[in-house]
Amino acid sequence: MSTISENSVVARVQGGGGLSALAATLQSALLQARAKLFDLLPLIVALVTLLGIWELACRGAGSSLPPPSRVVTDTWELIIDPFFDNGGVDKGLFWHLAASLKRVAVGFTLSAITGIALGVLIGQSSLAFRGLDPIFQVLRTVPPLAWLPISLAAFRQADPSAIFVIFITSIWPIILNTAVGVRQIPQDYRNVARVLRLSPLEFFFRIMLPSSVPFIFTGLKIGIGLSWLAIVAAEMLIGGVGIGFFIWDAWNSSLMSEIILALVYVGLVGFLLDRVITLIGNRIAGRKVG
Amino acid sequence: MTHPYLSLENVGMDFRVGGRVFHAVTDVNLSIDRGQFVSIIGHSGCGKSTLLNIVAGLTRCTAGGVILDGQEVNSPGPDRAVVFQNHSLLPWLTAYQNVRLAVDKVFGSSKSAAERHDWTLHNLRLVHMDHAVDKRPDELSGGMKQRVGIARALAMEPKVLLMDEPFGALDALTRAHLQDTVMEIQTRLNSTVIMITHDVDEAVLLSDRIVMMTNGPSATIGEVLTVDLPRPRRRLDLSDDARYIGYRASVLRFLYERHAKPEAA
Repeated sequence: MSTISENSVVARVQGGGGLSALAATLQSALLQARAKLFDLLPLIVALVTLLGIWELACRGAGSSLPPPSRVVTDTWELIIDPFFDNGGVDKGLFWHLAASLKRVAVGFTLSAITGIALGVLIGQSSLAFRGLDPIFQVLRTVPPLAWLPISLAAFRQADPSAIFVIFITSIWPIILNTAVGVRQIPQDYRNVARVLRLSPLEFFFRIMLPSSVPFIFTGLKIGIGLSWLAIVAAEMLIGGVGIGFFIWDAWNSSLMSEIILALVYVGLVGFLLDRVITLIGNRIAGRKVG
Repeated sequence: MTHPYLSLENVGMDFRVGGRVFHAVTDVNLSIDRGQFVSIIGHSGCGKSTLLNIVAGLTRCTAGGVILDGQEVNSPGPDRAVVFQNHSLLPWLTAYQNVRLAVDKVFGSSKSAAERHDWTLHNLRLVHMDHAVDKRPDELSGGMKQRVGIARALAMEPKVLLMDEPFGALDALTRAHLQDTVMEIQTRLNSTVIMITHDVDEAVLLSDRIVMMTNGPSATIGEVLTVDLPRPRRRLDLSDDARYIGYRASVLRFLYERHAKPEAA
């Protein structure tokens, strides 16, 4: 029975030409889309509910904050054209975000390299650990913006100062997680390395790095989140092009809708940064990092 | 006078705990000929693993010394490959890559890449793991992981193969399979093997000699039993062999009558 019906399907596909095949692909695509939609349903419901509450709460005439409908109408120009450039700081949101991301890229790369190196050092050497760990533990609690005056004084320029703030904010979780990762390398792996007589360099690349990759990437994820937090705050103070300054500028002009739009972008970009680091981590480790 | 292939001479190991010295192992003398399979058996805490680590060079003994093939052992090396109790394969490498790492390290300068590839596969074939060369350790069962661990050790062409309770974490059936594989390989390659075990049957089945350790502190060799059973040995034939039963009984008597673990008594 089943063979007959299968045969007839095959016959129809062959006989009906591409049309029925197309219909079949379309149908499966539709099914997939429906499954995807079903996955996203709780999120959509939550979003609509939150926006609805916000709309209702801020609808009144005397409300100090705009409702979401006003945010969209107020900032429609900014939303549809993120790429305009009227010179100075009068630029589209894309350019502000790009400027901030560039600072984060430089600062975070520096802190990743330095952080992993220092983490390996204090993870591997108990002498270095005893000397440096207490210092790191104290320094890591210093709030990002507290570093800004010092870095402004040292660099006397806005951009390097902002980059330094990112560097010094994001380095601590990278150092500490890398150190934990290095210290948890099982003695068995070290014994394997000793029996094989791996050189220190071989040990580093063949055992230490792969073994501590999940820990390192946990540090990098926390680090990139902190950098993104720090850059917005730092840019508010140093000015120039950047999403932080955009928010500060909007505040000074009482453009609440623009601030809210910028916040949405800040949140989304922060989320994307986190995803990107996770993805790279999974790719490198060849397994789930978290 | 001919020197033994591997000899432990007055080996002792002291640990300093606080201000006091703890003698873990004292005065161990043992000579092992090439191609011999020697088991070391004893209650837990008797220093068997310490002894194996000393031969491996992973631990430096505080007294005496170990001489392998005319050279003193004072650091780890691939000529004394270790099969660790919990396989210790690197989880980010496949079975092939785990063995290949060892092969590249030991034969990097003496064999071509193609030869090293063949040698890696050859050793995986020896332990019957050629069907899973591209699997990572977490995709392998406990017994399979241990097989790869043995392949990695064999691939180093060690002068002596050191096995630290290699089958301790396995279920009885898997253990029996692996014991058969090890016997088969040992007969074929005529390897010199030292194996730590706490399984009396395993010791009698596999060994030419069984070294029985007294309890610590100051653990040492209590007795050495020569197992004179013809090879190849088959566990089914041996189970009612009078000599096998006799050997088994004498090891049991040593462990549970004369050197019963104090706290167990």
